[in-house]
Amino acid sequence: MSLSRRELLKAQAAAVAAAAAGMTVPAVAQPVAGGVGSLEIKWSKAPCRFCGTGCGVMVGVKEGKVVATHGDTLAEVNRGLNCIKGYFLSKIMYGGDRLTTPLLRKKGGVFDKSGELTPVSWDEAFDVMAARAKAVLKENGPTAIGMLGSGQWTAYEGYAATKLMRAGFRSNNLDPNARHCMASAAYAFMRTFGMDEPMGCYDDFEAADAFVLWGSNMAEMHPILWTRLTDRRLSHPHVKVAVLSTFTHRSSDLADIPIVFKPGTDLAILNYIANHIISTGRANQDFVKNHTAFVKGTVDIGYGLRPDHPLEVKAKGAATAGATQPIDFDAYAAFVKDYTLEKVSELTGVERGFLQELAELYADPKRKVMSLWTMGFNQHVRGVWANQLVYNLHLLTGKISEPGNSPFSLTGQPSACGTAREVGTFAHRLPADMTVTNPEHRKRTEEIWRVPHGIIPDKPGYHAVEQDRMLRDGKLNFYWIQVNNNLQAAPNSSRETYPGYRNPDNFIVVSDAYPTVTAMAADLVLPAAMWVEKEGMYGNAERRTHVWRQLVNAPGDARSDLWQMMEFSKRFTTDEVWPAQVLADNPNYRGRTLFDALFRNGMVDKFATTEIPVEYENSEAKAFGFYVQKGLFEEYAEFGRGHGHDLAPFDTYHEVRGLRWPVVNGKETKWRYREGLDPYVKPGKGIDFYGQPDGRARIIAVPYEPPAESPDKEYDIWLVTGRVLEHWHSGSMTMRVPELYKAFPGARVFMHAEDARSRGINQGAEVRVVSRRGEIRTRVDTKGRNRMPRGVVFVPWFDASQLINKATLDATDPISKQADFKKCAVKIILV
Amino acid sequence: MRGQDHPGMKRFRLSVAGALLGGMLVFACGAIYAQNAPQIVPRVTGAAAPMGDVRTPPLARPIVDDKRVMRNYPEQPPIIPHSIENYQLTLKTNRCLDCHRRQYTEGSGAPMISVTHFMDRDGQVLADVTPRRYFCTACHVQQTDARPLVPSTFKDMLLVGSGKK
Repeated sequence: MSLSRRELLKAQAAAVAAAAAGMTVPAVAQPVAGGVGSLEIKWSKAPCRFCGTGCGVMVGVKEGKVVATHGDTLAEVNRGLNCIKGYFLSKIMYGGDRLTTPLLRKKGGVFDKSGELTPVSWDEAFDVMAARAKAVLKENGPTAIGMLGSGQWTAYEGYAATKLMRAGFRSNNLDPNARHCMASAAYAFMRTFGMDEPMGCYDDFEAADAFVLWGSNMAEMHPILWTRLTDRRLSHPHVKVAVLSTFTHRSSDLADIPIVFKPGTDLAILNYIANHIISTGRANQDFVKNHTAFVKGTVDIGYGLRPDHPLEVKAKGAATAGATQPIDFDAYAAFVKDYTLEKVSELTGVERGFLQELAELYADPKRKVMSLWTMGFNQHVRGVWANQLVYNLHLLTGKISEPGNSPFSLTGQPSACGTAREVGTFAHRLPADMTVTNPEHRKRTEEIWRVPHGIIPDKPGYHAVEQDRMLRDGKLNFYWIQVNNNLQAAPNSSRETYPGYRNPDNFIVVSDAYPTVTAMAADLVLPAAMWVEKEGMYGNAERRTHVWRQLVNAPGDARSDLWQMMEFSKRFTTDEVWPAQVLADNPNYRGRTLFDALFRNGMVDKFATTEIPVEYENSEAKAFGFYVQKGLFEEYAEFGRGHGHDLAPFDTYHEVRGLRWPVVNGKETKWRYREGLDPYVKPGKGIDFYGQPDGRARIIAVPYEPPAESPDKEYDIWLVTGRVLEHWHSGSMTMRVPELYKAFPGARVFMHAEDARSRGINQGAEVRVVSRRGEIRTRVDTKGRNRMPRGVVFVPWFDASQLINKATLDATDPISKQADFKKCAVKIILV
Repeated sequence: MRGQDHPGMKRFRLSVAGALLGGMLVFACGAIYAQNAPQIVPRVTGAAAPMGDVRTPPLARPIVDDKRVMRNYPEQPPIIPHSIENYQLTLKTNRCLDCHRRQYTEGSGAPMISVTHFMDRDGQVLADVTPRRYFCTACHVQQTDARPLVPSTFKDMLLVGSGKK
């Protein structure tokens, strides 16, 4: 029995492997045929392709194929660990339906918006695309051109995109999908500290005495950081963990203080804690007096909906949502005094004892606290406020900028920080925290980009949600989407996103590795190289810049986004896109292609391809004849050096497992704004929030305001959307990895058993989740990993057959313009 | 302790045939995919009418046959081949370790957690499972009976460069 069982097992395994590989292999073991050489795997480092944690992985390549990956033991972030997705990185590039050739909608052999996606050559693809772009530029000007990029772009790609859009096509209608992800965090950093990104780093995990999760399910979404937090909690019994959420999830399983609050009321909890700190005399008066300044924000700021929406018309503060006025400590203390334990307990539905325990974590001067948050805070109609309110707590107590005392904004994408924020691909931003509205910033940028003054437009472009609205309204007509799946990701998609893509006035280009929902709705699909099929650079949530080499070639005619943008730029001349006056003043730019003006500018093309080690391919260097990535890096690095964003020399990054900026005199910076830890803080200063001209961080007085939409009699239940451990974002990579797919093969609606029973619904039944805007069919899970309270359901958004964003509301934070994917009203109907 | 349920011979033969047949179908599809415009596979490409209604198949059932599955490469965390319904994995208790901890494996017959699971952040071996590896489900997942949506062209490291095409 055992022998035949074993034989059969082997035969079966060999059959499966052979079938997958398209070859026949003998079912019995054979000795190594090719000697030790045939066993060798070439290992190279890379950051993980998925979340913002930025784990280091080792990638094993054999004969031009990735055959294995594992956690990099030398990577400080993860020290050899990966999560389940990370362990399956080796399979993400090998989905059988990779796009390998451009596809254009054609009928009768020519482009037709109502035609079928048909394979075409790159030449034909770019010919049609350039013709459309030129026609749109001529008819409607640069503001009719737009691009939606990504926090998954390499920094080089984001940098090339911002140059091409702002200095090439002269449009600021460039935004990353990171708008949906952490725009609220970025705005709050700028408003509080005058500089983006955390002051602390992951080393805080090993130093904190308490962790507070505000709207973050790290156990599933940042599993490796969760291993560091778990390590600290279980190894040191005095450590406490508080988990705040609108439902109970895997992170709650480690919580000493588990808190489930009513959606949106986290704002009140934050103000209650501030009140508790002040009223019990535990505000750090020295710190507050010397390093902070108090302001109050505009109230009644609306919900970022279309301007004619009744809620916007009614909102008195909508026009000045971002404005603040100076106040003092006493005015602030009086403001938060209203947030009493009794009142907040009633509003939030949280037991008083838990609120007090939570407040004590912050108030106790002997306890080092790390606050962590992700989409629960950021995807919030008051997301900027929520971020700032947690900074309030750390600033009131002085628990900031030192090991273990750390308000820490986590990110969901591998280069949300590196590419979206640092490189400046938001509609209003330029590199190194500069903005398009500041004439000095534009001037400096034009100088470093080596383009004439007056080229970069001074008005912020359309943000991601507004891009969808403008596409639908026919104001944005040429639209290029790279490395994101916005038709699956954007809120209120069937009313506000899809109509714009299919609007006959518009030409939609999607670059992707796989046929996603978005790609299939495009007019032109460009096949993209992904991850280690190109050389790249990512920046993670702790300011760590990490680079990798091209390790394998992309399949078929797939090309990197970087190549696509640079190659496309060859089809435009400055005379076609730049104002006549600028060219008259700068005649040496006349008649040059955008490729010459932007990328053959003496800097980007400065480095020879011979600098690339011969053992590694570099498709872009081969195509353009210079070391593109190094040139882009060196030009980009000019922005930050000496300005608090210093990067190390390019070649260093290929040696190390990433470095946290600013890198000054060869040393990375773990904690910013504190003397002795941050080289930018001058001796004798102690603490210096040097991003602000007065060196003071802002403490803001803002109230609890209700969500844009709450359940009522008809739409009687809250809908929260999000992710699951096994799938990343829209699932375009992880749904194609058999093991990850089979682990979680479809979305479902997580629901309280009583809520299901009262509607006559059983576990596993098919239901409709219906909002005022759209609906999906799904299956009910009352026993799953997310344990819902009454009145709240959760649906993950990774499943392209269950586009839950048809139901969500396109309400945004009015300051950050980030959509709230966590709070809208739906009803659940049995099919 | 859970029983070791050894399936019968007939089921094995059927599964071998099934795997071969499935593999051939998958391969045939793969060839189509590579050449032409993408096929509609609603769960990954969206429906043909992307904003339309898609019927949802029943929730897939977890595979609980206790059969070990070959890893794709040595470093891959093994999948969980048994039911973990109602397993508690909390601050206070870890049901997985009741069987997979070194001192319990003799009684349970379960594989012992690997040696890496005893190492702390600095690579030092501890007397028991390292706290950083406490939550098993971050890396080990169950599989369901759902069939993959698209073929995978991933090649086993022993087949790559074996000279056989």
